[in-house]
Amino acid sequence: MATVITDALCPFCGCVCDDLTIVTENNKIIEAKHACKLGAAKIMGHHRIKAPMMRKDKHSDFKEVSYDEAINEAAAILARSKRPLLYGWASALCEVHKKGILLAEELGAIIDNTATVCHGPSTLAVHEKGLPSSTLGQIKNRADVVVFWGSNPVQAHPRHMGRYSVFAKGFFSEKGRKGRKIIVVDVRKTETANIADEYIQVAQGSDYLVLSALRAILSGHADVVPAAVGGVSKEQLSKLVDTMKTARFGAVFFGMGLTQSKSRYKNIDNAISLITELNSFTKYVIMPMRGHYNVTGFGQVCSWETGFATAVDFARGAPYYNPGETAANDLLMRKETDAAMIIAGDAGAHFPADSVRHLAKIPVVQVDPYWNPTTEVANVVIPVAICGVEVEGTAYRMDGVSLRFRKMIEPTHPTDIEILEKITERVKEIRGE
Amino acid sequence: MELLIKNGAVYDPFNGIAGDKTDISIKDGKIVDKVSSSASVIDAGGRLVMSGGVDAHSHIAGAKVNVGRIMRPEDTRSGIKPRTKITRPYTGYTVPNVYAMGYRYAQMGYTTVFEAAQAIMKARHTHEELEEIPIIDKGALTLFGSNWPTMDYVREKNMDKLAAYVAWGLLASRGFGIKCVNPGGGEMWGFGKNVTGLDDVVPNFDVTPAQIIVSLMKANEMLGLPHSVHLHCNNLGKPGNYKTTLASMELAKQVKPSKDRQVLHVTHITFNCWGGTNWGDFESKADEIANYLNNSENVTTDMGQLIFGSATTMTADGPVQYANAKLLHAKWANGDVELEDASGVVPIFYARQVSIHAIMWAMGLELALLTKDPYKVLLTTDHPNGGPFVNYPEVIALLMSNKKRQEEIKTLHEAVHKRTKIPGIERELDFNDIAIMTRAGSAKVLGLLDTKGHLGVGADADISIYDIKPDQIDPSVEHAKIKSAFQSAAYTIKGGEVVVKDGQITATPMGRTFWVDATVPEEQTEIMMKDIRMKFKNYYSISLANYMVQDAYVTHPKVVKAGVIPVEVS
Repeated sequence: MATVITDALCPFCGCVCDDLTIVTENNKIIEAKHACKLGAAKIMGHHRIKAPMMRKDKHSDFKEVSYDEAINEAAAILARSKRPLLYGWASALCEVHKKGILLAEELGAIIDNTATVCHGPSTLAVHEKGLPSSTLGQIKNRADVVVFWGSNPVQAHPRHMGRYSVFAKGFFSEKGRKGRKIIVVDVRKTETANIADEYIQVAQGSDYLVLSALRAILSGHADVVPAAVGGVSKEQLSKLVDTMKTARFGAVFFGMGLTQSKSRYKNIDNAISLITELNSFTKYVIMPMRGHYNVTGFGQVCSWETGFATAVDFARGAPYYNPGETAANDLLMRKETDAAMIIAGDAGAHFPADSVRHLAKIPVVQVDPYWNPTTEVANVVIPVAICGVEVEGTAYRMDGVSLRFRKMIEPTHPTDIEILEKITERVKEIRGE
Repeated sequence: MELLIKNGAVYDPFNGIAGDKTDISIKDGKIVDKVSSSASVIDAGGRLVMSGGVDAHSHIAGAKVNVGRIMRPEDTRSGIKPRTKITRPYTGYTVPNVYAMGYRYAQMGYTTVFEAAQAIMKARHTHEELEEIPIIDKGALTLFGSNWPTMDYVREKNMDKLAAYVAWGLLASRGFGIKCVNPGGGEMWGFGKNVTGLDDVVPNFDVTPAQIIVSLMKANEMLGLPHSVHLHCNNLGKPGNYKTTLASMELAKQVKPSKDRQVLHVTHITFNCWGGTNWGDFESKADEIANYLNNSENVTTDMGQLIFGSATTMTADGPVQYANAKLLHAKWANGDVELEDASGVVPIFYARQVSIHAIMWAMGLELALLTKDPYKVLLTTDHPNGGPFVNYPEVIALLMSNKKRQEEIKTLHEAVHKRTKIPGIERELDFNDIAIMTRAGSAKVLGLLDTKGHLGVGADADISIYDIKPDQIDPSVEHAKIKSAFQSAAYTIKGGEVVVKDGQITATPMGRTFWVDATVPEEQTEIMMKDIRMKFKNYYSISLANYMVQDAYVTHPKVVKAGVIPVEVS
C-alpha cells in the first residue's frame, strides 16, 4: 500500500522546498515528486553505513560493533580529550543542534559548523555591517532586478529560480521572468550566466575592487573610477549601477564565489555596504545562498543559546568566540585539537589538506548516516537515521524562515538526538558527575 | 506542596493592600486561603512582598532578537557568566541569550513577560526561543498591521472576515494578541517607502493607517480578546510625532471595550511623544500625552524608558530603522516578511551629553510622573530599544526619588532643562504605584488579572520578596538601596516554587506560554480561508500546510479562550 505525503520538505539545500509529494511503500520511498535531482537523490537514499564500526588505529580495518560499544568508546574519547572539537551539524535538525551545544558545554569543547568553510565570512561581515534582507517571498512578489554574485543556482540550488527569484510570479511581479532583469557576476560563465540578461565577468580575485567601483559610481564619484576595474569596463559598471538604481525592488544573492575568494569577508562587507547605499535610491535586499538545508538553523540555535553564531569555545565554561582562533580549521591547523566528533558534515571532504592530516592523527568519532571521506579518518563510526527523512524536526531556510520536517518513513537506525544524549550521559558518568 | 510567607510588608494594589503585614498561603502553585501546619515557611521579616513582576512589552525572543545577537558579538561578550550545576551560561547585555533572559528576569522578581512582536510566518522561531527561556511564563503578540488579508478586509469593510483572520492568525502563530506596528508602513517599506500620517493611503491596498487601527480595535473587541490592540504609532522616530500619537489615541473613542480594560495600548511613549520639527528644535511633549491620559479612560501606555549606554533597537518598523542606520552610520539589519510586515535592527548608544538622548531620557519619566493614574503607564524600557530590561530597578529608583533625578539631571546635556519638564517635577511614586506599574497594571492591560499581577486567592503563586523594609526606608533619599534591592530579589517564587534566593537562581522550572484561542463561527473561518488559500497558492513562498506553528513548539501551553461565540473559560 502506497502512502502519499504532500507538502513535504526537502532536506538537501538552503531552499528547503516545501512542496514535495513523497510516495512511500513498505517503509521505502519510491518517489519524490517536484524534488530537483539533488534533493531526490538524497531523499531516495544511497550508500548508508549499516552498523556502528570501530578500529584500533587508522590503518586497521573497521569492525562492526554494538551501539553501546561505539557510544562508550566515543564518550571515552571525548571525555579524555583536553581540547575536543564538535564539528558539522549542517545536515541535522535544530533539535540535534541543541543536544550538541549541551554536550559541548558538558565537555568544555569547541563547537563549530560547516559555515566555517562556506558562509562563515558572511557572518563576520554581518558583525561589521548588519544584513538588509527579507524573506524569499518578498523577492518573489516584488523583485524586478535580481543579481547572482559568485553563486550558481542552476547547479547548486536548482529550484531557487523557479520558486523564489527568477521565474517565480507574484503579486507585483505577475510577468515572472519577463518582468525581471537577471544579472550574473562571476569569474566564469556559469549555467546561470547562460540564462541571465547580463553576464559580468570579473577577473579572479577582483570582486572587492568591482564592488568598490560600483559604490564609487553610485555615490557620484565615477570620475575616480579607471577605464576598467577587475576586468570589467567602466561603461559596463556604469550601466550596472543604472540598472540597479532604477529597479523597483532589487535583490542580490551571493555565494561562495564571494565568500571564499580573495578578500573573503571584506567582499561581503563591501557588498552589504553597496546594498545599504542602494536603499537611498530604491528598495534592495541581499541574501547568502546557504548550502546545506539547515546550516542556517545551526547559526540560529547557536546564537540564541550561546549568543554567538558559530565557532564557540566552552573551555572556560562560558561561551567564547573568536573566529581565527576558535573555528574548526584554526584548531586543526594549529594541531591543538586532540579529539574530534564530526557529525552531519564532512570535514574529510571539505577541509584543507593540513586540517585533514591532523584529523588523521587524532581520535575521530563520526556520527552520520553516510559513508564519506570523514569515515576514512574516523576511529569510531556511529550511523544514524536521516534527519528530515526519517526524523521530524526544525530547519531554517536560507532566509531564516523556520519550517518543520515531517517524518517520511520510519528510521532503521537511532537518531542523532538519541546518540548525543547517550554520549552526554556517558561522559558525565566517566567524569563522575 | 504548601508554602507560607509570613511577616511580609505586602503591596498588592489590586486587592487594596498597601504595606500591611499579611501572610500569604500557597498550595499547588496557587495562592489559597490557608495552608496546613506542615507547610514550609518563609519569614519575610517585614520585608517588601509583591506579586511576581509582569512585563507587557519586551523583545525577548524571535527572529529580530536573534538577528541582534548575530550582528552584535560585541554585545554578547558583555554579561558572560559560566554554567553552574543549575544554570546554563549567561551571555549578552542588550541581546542576552535565552537562558540569561529567564534568569535575569527571575532575579529581578519578574515571573511573566510578553514578547512584543512576531510575524505569523516567523512565529515558529519565536516559540523555539520562548521554549528555551527558563522559569518565566511568557507569550507573544502577533503582528497584524500590514498583513495583506488585514488590509483587504479593512478596505472591504468586512469585519467578520477580519475577525476570522485575526482568530486564525493567533492560532497560526500561537499568539496572545494583536500588535500593530506603523500600520500600513510595513507594506510600503516593501518598496522602500513609508506612510507619513494616519490618513495616508497605502498604495495597491487603498486603506489608511487610521482605518487599519480602528478596524483591528473593532475585531479585537468582537473577539473579546484578553488584551487590547497594542499599537506602535505611525511616524515613530520623527520630531513632531506626538500629534500622530494623540490622533491615534483619539481613534480609541470609536470603539467600546468588551472587557474592563483599555481598547488601545499605545506602547513605548519615549519614542512617540516628540515635539519640534527637526533635531534642532526637538523637545518633549510627554506632558501632552499625560494630559490626554488624565482626561480619557480607554487608552493605556508604557514608558519605553531610555537608559544611558548601549541599546539595540529592533522593531517591525522597517523604515524607521533604515533612517536610524543612516543617521547613526550604524550597522543595519532589515527583515521584511512577505505579505505581513517589515522589521529592522540597529545598535545605538545613548549618551548623556547628546541633547536628543537627554531629552528622551526625560520623556518616559515625565509620562509616568505627570499621569495621575499609574494603571495607565506601565514601566518598560521597550527592551532592548530604550535599554535592557535589567535596568528596571534604575527606573524604579528614578520614579521614587526626585533627589536621584536631580542628581542625574546635573550630568546631562543642558537641553534637558529647556526642552523637558522633568527638572520641575517633584512627584515621587510609592511602592503601591510601583506595584501597579510593574504588576497589577501590566496584568490588567494584558487581561490576565485572574491569575497574574496580584496576590488574591486563586492567583498564580508568583511572588517576589525584596530586601527592603518599607517602614524603615525613605526611598527619596535611600534610592541606591531601592535600586539594589530590586536588582536582586531576596526571593522569587514562581508557581509556588522558590526559583531565586538572595539574588541567586535556585531552580529552573519551565514556564508556560500563553496564547489565545479565539472561536469564530466555522462558516466564517471557511469563507476567510478561501482568500488565505489563494494567497498561499499565488504569493507566499511556503505552503499553507507548513505555515502554522505546530504543538511541538508550545510544550507548556496556557490557552486563554476568547471568541465571538461565548465560551466557557477553562
